[in-house]
Amino acid sequence: MATEILMPALSPTMEEGTLAKWLVKEGDTVQSGDILAEIETDKATMEFEAVDEGVIGKILVAEGTEGVAVNTAIAILAEDGEDVSTLEAAAASAEAAVPAVEASSAAPASVAAPEAPTPDLSPDWPEGTPMKSQTVREALRDAMAEEMRADGEVYLMGEEVAEYQGAYKVSQGLLDEFGGKRVIDTPITEHGFAGIAVGAAFGGLKPIVEFMTFNFAMQAIDQIINSAAKTLYMSGGQMGAPMVFRGPNGAAARVGAQHSQDYAAWYAQIPGLKVAMPYSASDAKGLLKSAIRDPNPVIFLENEIMYGRSFDVPDIEDFTIPFGKARIWREGSDVTIVSFGIGMQYALEAADKLAEDGISAEIIDLRTLRPIDYDTVIASVMKTNRCVTVEEGWPVGSIGNHLSATIMQRAFDYLDAPVLNCTGKDVPMPYAANLEKLALTTTDEVIAAVKQVTYR
Amino acid sequence: MAAKRAAKKPNVSGEELTQYYRDMLLIRRFEEKAGQLYGMGLIGGFCHLYIGQEAVVVGLEAATEEGDKRITSYRDHGHMLACGMDANGVMAELTGREGGYSKGKGGSMHMFSKEKHFYGGHGIVGAQVPLGAGLAFADKYKDNGRVTFTYFGDGAANQGQVYETFNMAALWDLPVVFVIENNQYAMGTAQARSTSSQDIYKRGEAFGIPGEMVDGMDVLAVKDAGERAVKHCRAGKGPYILEVKTYRYRGHSMSDPAKYRTREEVQKMREERDPIENVRQMLLTGKHASEEDLKAIDKEIKAIVNASADFAKESPLPDEAELWTDIYA
Repeated sequence: MATEILMPALSPTMEEGTLAKWLVKEGDTVQSGDILAEIETDKATMEFEAVDEGVIGKILVAEGTEGVAVNTAIAILAEDGEDVSTLEAAAASAEAAVPAVEASSAAPASVAAPEAPTPDLSPDWPEGTPMKSQTVREALRDAMAEEMRADGEVYLMGEEVAEYQGAYKVSQGLLDEFGGKRVIDTPITEHGFAGIAVGAAFGGLKPIVEFMTFNFAMQAIDQIINSAAKTLYMSGGQMGAPMVFRGPNGAAARVGAQHSQDYAAWYAQIPGLKVAMPYSASDAKGLLKSAIRDPNPVIFLENEIMYGRSFDVPDIEDFTIPFGKARIWREGSDVTIVSFGIGMQYALEAADKLAEDGISAEIIDLRTLRPIDYDTVIASVMKTNRCVTVEEGWPVGSIGNHLSATIMQRAFDYLDAPVLNCTGKDVPMPYAANLEKLALTTTDEVIAAVKQVTYR
Repeated sequence: MAAKRAAKKPNVSGEELTQYYRDMLLIRRFEEKAGQLYGMGLIGGFCHLYIGQEAVVVGLEAATEEGDKRITSYRDHGHMLACGMDANGVMAELTGREGGYSKGKGGSMHMFSKEKHFYGGHGIVGAQVPLGAGLAFADKYKDNGRVTFTYFGDGAANQGQVYETFNMAALWDLPVVFVIENNQYAMGTAQARSTSSQDIYKRGEAFGIPGEMVDGMDVLAVKDAGERAVKHCRAGKGPYILEVKTYRYRGHSMSDPAKYRTREEVQKMREERDPIENVRQMLLTGKHASEEDLKAIDKEIKAIVNASADFAKESPLPDEAELWTDIYA
């Protein structure tokens, strides 16, 4: 049976091309792989090969013809022995390339009056729970140790996590308890060991990858985003990467530009990742335990300055904090201050000082940045009518920018002032002590922003 | 080519040879059909065909056991068919349909099958190398005796993460076979223009990883080498490198005008070294099969491939709700 040879698409974007030259003539016998014609696309001149064997019956489009649409019949291929003289030039009945897709029915953004959300305000632990004082460092170690005791597939790998007991002593004692099979010192090779850990997660383990700091995770960011975050989607749900990438993030002290960067907004942008950035020791513990149990890749952003700070931690077994639930540290009525991680320090200090001036600030700690607990923020802003965000990262595309847009969309009519974002300055981190101080956001800046939005 | 050739009188049954012939032919015909569907606009984006390289995956799959894993880059259709994935599901993924292995959400370069232990299908050159070592890490951790075949090309062999991985795989004795599919061109750049030392398999020496060069146009030579590599890994001796010299007949992707090599070079390979023709001659001269037998196989393969194309055309587009699924487990 004769078949039509169709004008091929020779690039992802080609819609038409020039049939520059025929290299066969009517009556020629062709084999699979023989070059039939040269076709000019917008990018190059390409050779067009035969896929089937047969005899060129009729050439339907003459060489030199421009603007030949993809899928136009350009020749008829007869089977060997078929009488080519009886072939009729078939009309180009090109197969529809792709079934029609109905126009996307995305709903237009709602313009109805926004409804006040009902955030989850349940306490993180039952009233009367005994508490103990712990540093953030100890809380993180306990979270890992408890989860490793509970699940043999959880292991820790990273630079200096085992024999050195952790570059910042977070993994202290873990090698002794779990041995070298589960607490693994890696060479200094972030890209490589991050990739190995993602592969191990595909293979059924639950790795905890410690980056000595998140600055070095930039060497590994391709594996974090392209391999860990996207595989579940790309595989249609067949396999993903249940794992945690953790380590100190943001500015430490006097370590200069390459070692002082907050990645909160970077990772919060990536679908497929979850992102936590705790402030207190109880959140560090409860969120890290949740992160290790989570079947998705989690970015867990710690802070070197916070490691030694002590907080009350509930003294109960199996204490976890869920992702996507903010914590209200302090209730207030005049302004909402939203922060996370070390930014909470400035927010809480500012609230104390503002109280002396008679300004009542509500302080919200987001705790996780993907998912974000929008409802708690919106409900608070509907009450206070003013909002200031505080973070250490750079201003462009910051978490504060994103919250500002969300508040505008969901609580525009409730705002009595623009939302202000306190952020790190738009500069690489300088080394000099005075300049470093200027580059970071400060409690005074938070106070000034609150006074601006409360018109004091 | 200084590659090891299979023994003159191969110790292989007619049944096995016929199987290799069938498996290689399926890949070739499938890829020709994929090229055709691409030309018709049914397959979009990037599409990298495996034509010419069939003996590599078919030979190595013959050296595997159930439970062994494989992972590769974006020239992945051959690997999937060779490990037993269904032609319908692969073709429907190429056309981006609901019946595809990734429900149409992955495409040619991103396909997976947990059931067949195929871990992708990765679009970033070289990124699959640490991932493959990680799969082997998990197997060693579980002490289950499994081996992972980690495929990458001569182009990827110049990525830094490959050597980071060699170091750790050797340090930790991971059961991984690194298969360098050297088809001699990294997209349009000939190996000699990109690679300072031509014998890539020797690059393991610096890490204490044994390696050998293999004639990738000879399915029996590939199988032999694969068996040596697997034996090494299963014995707990750590990784092994196979540099398999092969050749792709088609362009790097569908939109490659292929001006970096001559038509004659391709033609010569096709005529003198074709892996399928090679086995075909062995079957005929060894009197394992007649022309009629082979014709029957050709017909059978053509039917499988045509059915896969029909399935891939008829399978519906994914439901629009699929946009929002599989982002989080």
